[in-house]
Amino acid sequence: MSILILAEHNNLEVKSSTLNTISAASKVGSEIDILVIGSDIENIAKEIANYQHVSKVISLDDKNFEHAIAEKIDPVIVSIADKYSHIFAPATTFGKNVMPRVAVKLDVAQISDVINIESEDTFIRPIYAGNALATVKSNDDKKVITVRPTSFDVVAKDGGSGIVESINFESSETFTEFLDREESKSDRPELSTARIVVSGGRGLQSAENFKLINNIADKLNAAIGASRAAVDAGYVSNDYQVGQTGKVVVPDLYIAVGISGAIQHLAGMKESKIIVAINKDEEAPIFNIADYGLSADLFEALPQLSSELDKLNSIEK
Amino acid sequence: MKILVTVKRVIDYNVQVRVKADNSGVEKENVKMSMNPPDENAVEEALRIKEAGKADEIIILSIGEEKCQETIRTALAMGADRGILIKATDDVEPLSVSKLISKIVETEKPGLILMGKQAIDDDSNQTAQMTSALLNWPQATFASKIDIEENTAIVTREIDEGLERVKVKMPFIASCDLRLNEPRYASLPNIMKAKKKPIDIKSAEELGVDIKPRIENIKISEPPTRQKGVMVADVAELVQKLKYEAKVI
Repeated sequence: MSILILAEHNNLEVKSSTLNTISAASKVGSEIDILVIGSDIENIAKEIANYQHVSKVISLDDKNFEHAIAEKIDPVIVSIADKYSHIFAPATTFGKNVMPRVAVKLDVAQISDVINIESEDTFIRPIYAGNALATVKSNDDKKVITVRPTSFDVVAKDGGSGIVESINFESSETFTEFLDREESKSDRPELSTARIVVSGGRGLQSAENFKLINNIADKLNAAIGASRAAVDAGYVSNDYQVGQTGKVVVPDLYIAVGISGAIQHLAGMKESKIIVAINKDEEAPIFNIADYGLSADLFEALPQLSSELDKLNSIEK
Repeated sequence: MKILVTVKRVIDYNVQVRVKADNSGVEKENVKMSMNPPDENAVEEALRIKEAGKADEIIILSIGEEKCQETIRTALAMGADRGILIKATDDVEPLSVSKLISKIVETEKPGLILMGKQAIDDDSNQTAQMTSALLNWPQATFASKIDIEENTAIVTREIDEGLERVKVKMPFIASCDLRLNEPRYASLPNIMKAKKKPIDIKSAEELGVDIKPRIENIKISEPPTRQKGVMVADVAELVQKLKYEAKVI
């Protein structure tokens, strides 16, 4: 078993999804190489070489690869794919964008969004928004796999002793040009890895009211999430969306406020350790999966929650 | 310019999916089937591009059982011009689907392909990317805005970090996000008209594509169920429970 992992990073920092993916791959085999593609990534390559389980870092450091354009990345992977039995990437928008291209060029089926690894060729993945789990066996000679980061632990950032090997790659012309990115800047923990997530739904009724969620999140040092309904209504931007077509989160505590609990939303949060639901409608499906349910008007409950949390904090201090 | 839009017939998104007792799959008998939701956005976007005078014809392609014609008819009733059905079982893998689409592209020569970003049944999220790689056309996945100019388009993509804009050269493939637009309902006269629109029926065999599955379904199982929790009387009780019972705050 020789494994290649496509690392996710932003040229400055390694994304935690890379650490989850290494952990997933380590269940298949112990010879793990990491491909890092970007610009000015010397430090990133060195950092990854120290991660647990990493044998080698293959670094393609080239201004031409500054932005992660899928059409530029897949030929690099394909050019070195011969040596590997498995190719992994995180099932983030980055990995999802690139890996099917690699699979089709190698003429193999991709196994998407793996949540558990049974053996070197058998994997478990959710289908139908997580309402069923498929155990699938790949009969291809090479396995191309994306893994759901939140289903695997992160590996230790030290203890490895990998080497760094630099490569060059002459890109052929691509017809896709990166223009710009609008990233939400926040001092809060990142949604997909936060210990606590406070999410708001259509019950909030407006972008202005959504600030009530921010207030609670501040007090809990939590990340903010949203249902698709709240995103569609324009209360918050798309990167807050939790669900089947948004992010999947597995925090210790998930507080769903004014969220009814559509199947698509549950797909993104029902693995959370403790789920709290606050909703006016006692019949809301979210209560069926909540550990603690509070049937109340959120416009009364949230200010109360805010002051209760203040009390708690003042006791601790 | 022709626009090719692919649509998939899936279990309706409002249906609670049930796993079969023998773990061979999910229950599809007597279950409401509909067009995959983001495919509706793809159809809608094609219609808007045509209405803006930037396209002349919209072709709807579906792959699967005979009944996929209903899904194609839905798109024709929204306003698309004609359909193509490639008859197959309903579980053709994305790898084969992308090869079949590429074959249709060879003969139809569209200037743009629009697809849903993901089918809500197998949640693979692969077909657009694979087709792009096979055709060597630019890809713009998870599109929430598409502006077509002369020979290029500017596409806003929904990514984990926020939004990204890319400029792609025509012809290209976009996979459509649910926020791209608000799909229209078909009017009654258009539903009647759609019945007369042509649907061309083909097979994978005649297109020369091997659609043999590469992935074996060992079993389909129920996810672990959560135990229903308790209702609390008020916020104070909730905070106490979280602090001293669940110990998460």
